[in-house]
Amino acid sequence: MTTGTRRDAPGLAADRTVRGRRRAAGPFAGRWSAHWYAWAMVAPVLLVMGVLIGYPLLRGVYLSLTDATEANVGRTIGMNTIPATYRFVGLDNYVQIFSDSEFWLRLGWTFLWTVASVTLTVGLGLGLAMLLNRRLRFRGLYRVILILPWAAPAFVSTFIWRYVLNNDFGLANGMLRAAGLPTVEWLDDPTMAKVSVILVNVWLGIAFNMVALLGGLQSVPRELYEAARVDGASAWQQFRNITLPMLRPVSRTVILLGTIWSFNQFPVIFLLTRGGPNGATEILVTAAYRDAFMGLRDYSGSAANGMVILVLLVVMASLYLRSLRKQGEVW
Amino acid sequence: MRRTPLVGLVTGLALALAACGGGGSADKPVTSVDPATVSGTVTYWDTSDAAVEGPVFKELIKDFESKHPKVKVNYVNVPFGEAQNKFKTAAQGGSGTPDVLRADVGWVTEFASLGYLAPLDGTYALDKPEDLLPTPAGSTKFNGKTFAVPQTTDSLGLLYNKELLKKAGHEAPPKTIAELKQFALDVKDKTGKTGLTLNVDGFFVLPFLYGEGGDLVDAANKKITVNSPQSVAGLKVISDLISSGAAAKPAIADSYLAAMTAFKEGRTAMIYNGPWSTTDALKGSAFKNKENLGVAPVPAGSVKAASPTGGHDYTVYAGSKNLAASYAFVRFMSSTDSQSKVAARLGLLPTRTSAYARPEVQGNELVKTWKPIVDTGAPRAWIPEGGQLFEPLVQAYQGMATGKLDAAGVGRTVDGKYREILKGWN
Repeated sequence: MTTGTRRDAPGLAADRTVRGRRRAAGPFAGRWSAHWYAWAMVAPVLLVMGVLIGYPLLRGVYLSLTDATEANVGRTIGMNTIPATYRFVGLDNYVQIFSDSEFWLRLGWTFLWTVASVTLTVGLGLGLAMLLNRRLRFRGLYRVILILPWAAPAFVSTFIWRYVLNNDFGLANGMLRAAGLPTVEWLDDPTMAKVSVILVNVWLGIAFNMVALLGGLQSVPRELYEAARVDGASAWQQFRNITLPMLRPVSRTVILLGTIWSFNQFPVIFLLTRGGPNGATEILVTAAYRDAFMGLRDYSGSAANGMVILVLLVVMASLYLRSLRKQGEVW
Repeated sequence: MRRTPLVGLVTGLALALAACGGGGSADKPVTSVDPATVSGTVTYWDTSDAAVEGPVFKELIKDFESKHPKVKVNYVNVPFGEAQNKFKTAAQGGSGTPDVLRADVGWVTEFASLGYLAPLDGTYALDKPEDLLPTPAGSTKFNGKTFAVPQTTDSLGLLYNKELLKKAGHEAPPKTIAELKQFALDVKDKTGKTGLTLNVDGFFVLPFLYGEGGDLVDAANKKITVNSPQSVAGLKVISDLISSGAAAKPAIADSYLAAMTAFKEGRTAMIYNGPWSTTDALKGSAFKNKENLGVAPVPAGSVKAASPTGGHDYTVYAGSKNLAASYAFVRFMSSTDSQSKVAARLGLLPTRTSAYARPEVQGNELVKTWKPIVDTGAPRAWIPEGGQLFEPLVQAYQGMATGKLDAAGVGRTVDGKYREILKGWN
């Protein structure tokens, strides 16, 4: 796959310039008459995207610049009418977010959580994929067992973990007690709670990474390894110089998706610790949820939180893609 | 990236839907309605314990349906912890709403201030308001109107395992915090069990604050008092109970359940809890002999012994399409007959003076035990922001339970958060 993309890349680029030139030369009306059917074809999709994504996004941007809350947006319910009294406040919500010291602490933890989760899931997923990518007995069985965590809905697994990790009545501490070892405050100690949420997230995410990477490994041509062995390359050299580069189309997708998913991994944190103890495991999305839905619902503040998270992710994704492009990859 | 626009999407949709709530007509004062003529479907969200209390309420609903043949009640049990949020989401969107909700006494003013509830003065729902106990009735008022009818009232008491206390050399339950600490340490020494297990929750902090003369806020004077010397002294009592070993280090995840389970299994001698928990406690292995369960008023602090008033109210959603049937339902459920039935079966305390005159209520052991405790319950600040006051307190309490914050730190932190919620208070 990688080699294929590379080989095609210059050709594609050339094609694009040729087409571009032709377009620039032709009159607009001519292009419309030639391509109107294409626009007609995409129009319904554009319309749906506009309604489902574009409008809420713009509405979100607008709300984030107001002081709208549950109490002042105006509504009529049965016999009760409450007038709309919210107003435009400019960047106040953003100023408030960035001047809150808790935001920066939370941002740091969110990054740590994302990096740790992605590194561990991709690393361990790759390890398992390598193990399964060879001829061994019961390979099918292993694959089924390893994919199971992914097959169960995340919230169900998370709830099971919540009970496994319960301080007094959980399986984990029960086993430690049975073995005569001191118990661990899995979810009640701030540091251990951080470790626990990462562990559960890794447990949930490993299966997807393993399957994706295994697919990538299986598309690597055997001849490359044979040729390398003829040249006397060690196992490590084969891994560094064949496996990793050949996996890159898969691994970059997996890493990018993993980053976005972890950054916004709401269920694991919320269901396992509810962001506690005392906010120790709160990431940006769970904090945004808390602001929005606990107590008086703060539409403007949560919209601003959402925008901050969106911008952070867009910046992260584009930096990552740029770094890949520098390495000669075509996204 | 998929999740982010969702925040906007949800708020956008909520707003769009909020704009198209249904219109209702103003009702004329109604005092009597022929049950046979009322018709419609009433969706009722019950927040009671689905396993223990739910079946009794369901029986009551059957009675209601047989007396009102044209009304169908759609019973939905919503876990108490989720109900507040779920109702707000539904009420804002105007879809999936119940017609009648069993609301915690602390939620009513908030929902009323947001326009979600139907005012009940002069409707068929509110029967003999003068018969209602004043403290629970206080929770139903907002801006001079009545938005709910009380179902049951409660408060916190000290539940204790008589056998464990006896083994530690104590026949009677502790009357003061000093005794509580000593008794708990004695239990630990002599039986090897835990003396006291705390539940890391906002409501459960209040007896300790009240005991030292503190409170979260002083609503009459618009003052935030959680950081007052008295309140901080109350918080210090909690941290001292934990650090001295009298109370076990409290669980933070599933805290209520952890304390309750430890008590039911006889692993801890004392917990703070309310009347709603007694039926559940009696199911535990430690209370096979029912006599072993003791209930006492909360131990007194240096100022007084006082517990917060809790309980539940029936509220009617303002946008309900079946107001007449809903009013009839609330009237029936909050009647002296219904309250007496529930009290006799579950020991939930009635909110009507007339119910306490009924023999089946007077004969109920749980009611007998809890009535004097609840009578001394301190009314809470019935303000729209009341429902928001516990969240910051729980967070800070967790910090104290994990040793990250001391009592003064909790007072300071929570005070700061309250200033964001209660703008303009001092």
